[in-house]
Amino acid sequence: MSGTEVLRLESVRKSFGDQVVLRDVDLAVPEHSVTALIGASGSGKSTLMRCVNLLEGIDDGAILLDGEEITDPRADEDAVRRRIGVVFQSYNLFPHMTVLENITLAPRRVHRVGRAEAEAKALALLDRLGLAAKAGEYPDRLSGGQQQRVAIVRALAAGPRLLLLDEITAALDPVLVGEVLSVVRDLKEQGMTMVLSTHEMGFAREVADQVCFLDGGVVLEQGPPEQVFGDPQEERTRQFLSRIVASGRLQG
Amino acid sequence: MSAEAGPSGPVDTVKGSAGPAGPAGDDGYRPSERRLAHEAYRRARARRSALVATASTTATAVVLYLLVVNSPGWEVTRRTFFNLEYARQALPEVLRGLRLNLELMLGCGVLILVFGLLLAVLRTLRGPVFLPVRLLATAYVDFFLGLPMIICLLVMITGVPALRLTGVTTDPLLLGGAALVLTYSAYVSEVFRSGIESVHPSQRAAARSLGLTNAQAMRYVVLPQAVRRVVPPLINNLVSLQKDTGLVSIGGAIDAVYAAKILAAHSFNFTPYLVAGLVFIVLTVPLTRIADWLTGRMNRRQLQGGAV
Repeated sequence: MSGTEVLRLESVRKSFGDQVVLRDVDLAVPEHSVTALIGASGSGKSTLMRCVNLLEGIDDGAILLDGEEITDPRADEDAVRRRIGVVFQSYNLFPHMTVLENITLAPRRVHRVGRAEAEAKALALLDRLGLAAKAGEYPDRLSGGQQQRVAIVRALAAGPRLLLLDEITAALDPVLVGEVLSVVRDLKEQGMTMVLSTHEMGFAREVADQVCFLDGGVVLEQGPPEQVFGDPQEERTRQFLSRIVASGRLQG
Repeated sequence: MSAEAGPSGPVDTVKGSAGPAGPAGDDGYRPSERRLAHEAYRRARARRSALVATASTTATAVVLYLLVVNSPGWEVTRRTFFNLEYARQALPEVLRGLRLNLELMLGCGVLILVFGLLLAVLRTLRGPVFLPVRLLATAYVDFFLGLPMIICLLVMITGVPALRLTGVTTDPLLLGGAALVLTYSAYVSEVFRSGIESVHPSQRAAARSLGLTNAQAMRYVVLPQAVRRVVPPLINNLVSLQKDTGLVSIGGAIDAVYAAKILAAHSFNFTPYLVAGLVFIVLTVPLTRIADWLTGRMNRRQLQGGAV
């Protein structure tokens, strides 16, 4: 059972000063599955992602990647990050590099892949997302949706075991949201293990194998999407979902 | 200035310009009456601004000229500072000295950039092993930012030879150049450091999350962006360095200013100083214009939402 588990959080606790952001969070992410984190802004979704990628340290508990504790202070942070791909809400492409240079940076410098091989692989990935024509462009010449898809390719190019997608559509208009989400759908079909935080509830319901509702740093409800969306057990979940329905982001 | 080109002007222009429509695309677009009226008004306003600017500049120049010319000591001043004959004699000497300034500027400039960048990077190193390095780099910058340039020069030029170290040069020119490098590296390292700190932390986070080490993130992601941003202030430092190369002459090397001083001492006429000053101005103006142009270009790109 644990052999097919890519990511596991055990009683993770994280606070900034007096404010507890994550409180005893438990989570298990099986291989080839998609986990959607939902919850209001400030519920701890982004912090959880940053902790998994070791951009933030945790106060207590443990995070395990493929059964190995990555929050152990003796763990090699760089080696861990190489196995985890991250896509940020604000793209964070490197503005001084072309699309191709952005994508090949990690394969060439971190994984020591030759230039020709790295570029061939990058172009193949870009082609699959319909972005091959943009390989030589700088990020500021691309639309938000294109930039975000390049950021996804950049994360994939390093061949990660796990992909973290942190509100990757939050800065996009509805049309561009569609083109980014279809990429995520493709990745799911190819069996990529993903954890994503999102406000797109319809998408979470469609693509996720498990949905995790965070509220005030606590996992209030967790289960398959049909259960969390269709038959929420907790009052807070019901309130959150009804507010989402009222705002038109999810059909009731 | 009276408002001679009032609102009556533009109306005429509109009626007159029914024919020359802008060739903007093939969609049959013709500028509306409103647009033409607005454009005509803007043109009239621009003409009026130009007129006002010319008039006020001329008036200022005349006032300044009269003030100077009518001052009681003008005749003497004119002979001692603005003597064309002496200027003609001084120019070749000053230019010969200027060679030294230029050589110093270029030689020191390269070293300063290298040391300045090195100091800035050393101060960003993390980890306990690098604590002494960080401390030393910080102490160095603090020391040389505070130490007056002229004292640094005097100590180098007179102090180092006094030590009688074997194998160390006593050439005042080289020692003066070293003093320039010591002081300016501190200034320039602060410029580089501000550039490094201006790169948004999310860029480093993105690089780290791709698996790049701290050093790789610095080398491939942070520094290229930082260096680009600090080019205009670096050029300002270069201009300042260009002038400070003249200070090396306190050790006896003959640069443009010292050449002028020698000439002035012979004739008791100060025109050579003025010539030397003008030569420096002629050299620095293009540099500052380049800095302005670069800054403007970056601002425009940033306004368009692009990267610097």
